[in-house]
Amino acid sequence: MNIDQALPTFVSESRELLQEMEQLLLAAAQGRSSPDDVNAIFRAAHTIKGSAGLFGLDDIVAFTHVVEGVLDKVRDGALPLDDALTSLMLACGDHIGLLVDGAAAGQAMADKALREMGEPLLQQLRAHLGESAAQPVALREEGEFSRRAADGHGDTWHLSLRFGRDVLRNGLDPLPFIRYLGTLGKIKAIVTVPDALPATEEMDPESCYLGFEIAFQSASATKADIEAAFEFVLDDCQLRILPPNSRISEYLELIRQGPEQPSRLGEMLVRCGTITQRELDDALQTQAHSEPAQPIGEILLEQGKVEAVVLEAALHKQKQIKDNKALETQSVRVDAQKLDHLINQVGELIIAAASANLAARRLGNAELQECNATLGSLIEGVRDSALQLRMVKIGATFSRFQRVVHDVARELGKDIGLAISGEDTELDKTVVEKIGDPLTHLVRNAMDHGIESPELRAARGKPVRGTVSLHAYHDSGSIVIEVSDDGGGLHRDRILAKGIERGLVEAGKAMTDAEVFALIFEPGFSTAEQVTNLSGRGVGMDVVKRNIAALRGSVDIASQPEVGTTVIVRLPLTLAIINGFQVAVGRSVFVVPLEMVEECVQFSCEAGRDYTNLRGEVLPFIRLRELFHLPGRPGPRENIVVVRHASQKFGIVVDSLLGEAQTVIKPLSKLFGQVEGISGSSILGSGEVALILDVPALITEAHRRVPAASREAVAASI
Amino acid sequence: MNSSPSAGAAALLRLDGELNIYRAAELKPQLMQALDSVPQLEIDLSGVTEIDTSGVQLLMLTKRRAQALQRELRLTNHSPAVVEVIELLDLAAYFGDPLIVAA
Repeated sequence: MNIDQALPTFVSESRELLQEMEQLLLAAAQGRSSPDDVNAIFRAAHTIKGSAGLFGLDDIVAFTHVVEGVLDKVRDGALPLDDALTSLMLACGDHIGLLVDGAAAGQAMADKALREMGEPLLQQLRAHLGESAAQPVALREEGEFSRRAADGHGDTWHLSLRFGRDVLRNGLDPLPFIRYLGTLGKIKAIVTVPDALPATEEMDPESCYLGFEIAFQSASATKADIEAAFEFVLDDCQLRILPPNSRISEYLELIRQGPEQPSRLGEMLVRCGTITQRELDDALQTQAHSEPAQPIGEILLEQGKVEAVVLEAALHKQKQIKDNKALETQSVRVDAQKLDHLINQVGELIIAAASANLAARRLGNAELQECNATLGSLIEGVRDSALQLRMVKIGATFSRFQRVVHDVARELGKDIGLAISGEDTELDKTVVEKIGDPLTHLVRNAMDHGIESPELRAARGKPVRGTVSLHAYHDSGSIVIEVSDDGGGLHRDRILAKGIERGLVEAGKAMTDAEVFALIFEPGFSTAEQVTNLSGRGVGMDVVKRNIAALRGSVDIASQPEVGTTVIVRLPLTLAIINGFQVAVGRSVFVVPLEMVEECVQFSCEAGRDYTNLRGEVLPFIRLRELFHLPGRPGPRENIVVVRHASQKFGIVVDSLLGEAQTVIKPLSKLFGQVEGISGSSILGSGEVALILDVPALITEAHRRVPAASREAVAASI
Repeated sequence: MNSSPSAGAAALLRLDGELNIYRAAELKPQLMQALDSVPQLEIDLSGVTEIDTSGVQLLMLTKRRAQALQRELRLTNHSPAVVEVIELLDLAAYFGDPLIVAA
């Protein structure tokens, strides 16, 4: 049986289960667990073991079996799920993860090193089981099955299974799934349904024609467990599950929907012991009386007939069409590479459309221009949909930190919890992948240096349990992630002193709190000895800042002594295509992300000043011509593009405004990596290159140029 | 697979090895032919090492055809693999042959 095709599904499913297990364990560690959670942890381990068995991955089965044994004791209340056991279980989860990774890499058997890694864990587990390490796994296996068989007083489910024609050709054999179901509970009765078997000549021996009606008894299995048992074949089979004690009308519905003749199916239900003959007759009759026009009426009609192959075939077909429709609404797993490829192509499409648009305008053909305009709006739609495909919720990234917080808190000997909000906020998958490391660093930092020791917290009258929170939300075209702690806050004076000592700032210069706090992102600042409560562990905050800047994002810090610190990370929603606003200086074209543009005003300013009066506010600005040393003289009518980022405004002085255009972001080569004020490049319709302005960097530059006094005025007036 | 005509009207067919999807296409015509040629067919399953859904299905088809043609079909000497599957799917009554489980 070639089951290898299903292996990737097993791997991804196992990883999901392990993650779920980890989250539940962490919840348990915080004392928020319910018996249901323990059950879910047990089931996760059990499902992994069962599926691994299908693939003959004996190492996973053997290891997971012991884990499951311990969990079973926890479930029975014989073993408390205390801190030590939770940590052991987390470690076991990690080990199973490694074994699964091994399986994913094509090793059916774990290598020696991996087994040795598992051995100490197994010993600890067996200590919990109260057994000698020498006892073979197989013995307990038997014990387990007899126990399961013994608890035969569970609820009886009814399963109706019809396998697709191609299931065998797809390398899946229904039998192991039924066998596996048997391990979840007890198969009380099974009726093999050969009715779909065609005439001898037409029967294709490689197609699957069989169906099964199963009465399944289990004390603990849920509908999801049962469904999960058939997960790999779900695409290839129709599985209907009726929960225990379903209403008779639901059985009737099953009968009506089934591909077989209704009377035949009813008969099979009776044979399974799911319903009695009397119940069936009664129900059929009541239904027939009350709703004579309903298809149910056919049931009675058909009851008398022995064979009605034609009707059966018709019913079957209908059912299949219905099922196909239902399947289409489900989600599809797509290779991330294919998505990237699609987005690249959309990018090329946008550039090509821009050049077509340019050509049309040059020709002056009104019809062509109109067509191009329609095309343009369609392309914009395609772009949005394509980018939407790659959007993922940040929740998965956030919940990973539960583990980080759990482990680090134990390491530090502090009692720290993690609060998460805004986990439904979506952002580009590529951004999510790259944000993990900086976030981890920020969270660790907050825990290590932000949160005070329990004694100090008690002395300060704060709850002993510290809290680190992760919060995400959308704000004008970017996503904002806040990492906050309720710790001691930053020491402004100490940071300033350190900054002066390092020569980062001049002594006596007036600085805002934000500017002082921003010093900790300077290279070489945080690697210092523990002068501030912010030194990093090897990697400094400057690396965090650099990583975030590489994503065209920015970092800010807000902090209050003894109340806490919040690090605010702003990131663009996507790294691929943005709405841009094109401006020109001389012959060079620059792009400003449209979300950041507030307004455009005509340039006016007193000579020699780097700020202007915008409706009574002081607006600092930057002359792009000066900044990038562009040749040529400014024209008679310059413009200011007013840009806003993180609640700060400034102006960019340019020669002319070219308007809004979709901008495909192309990375800059390494050579230009160090250039300040530029975050990327883009290709224009004319084939020329436009540079994308790095607004956060320019803002810093603009504010640096304006004297502190007027800056305070700006800050106050915004 | 060996078939040996014995006593004229009856035939004995021995199935060996795997009775699964890889061999289903090859086995179907052989089984049908064997069934068509004699009124009484005995299939010896002692040599079956593995059987999957397609194998079960094939046996069920053979049984049904035998009934339709009013021929006698007997499955004998079920190997442990076959017994396991017949019990799993509760098909003993369908075939109606006595199952002897090897000790």
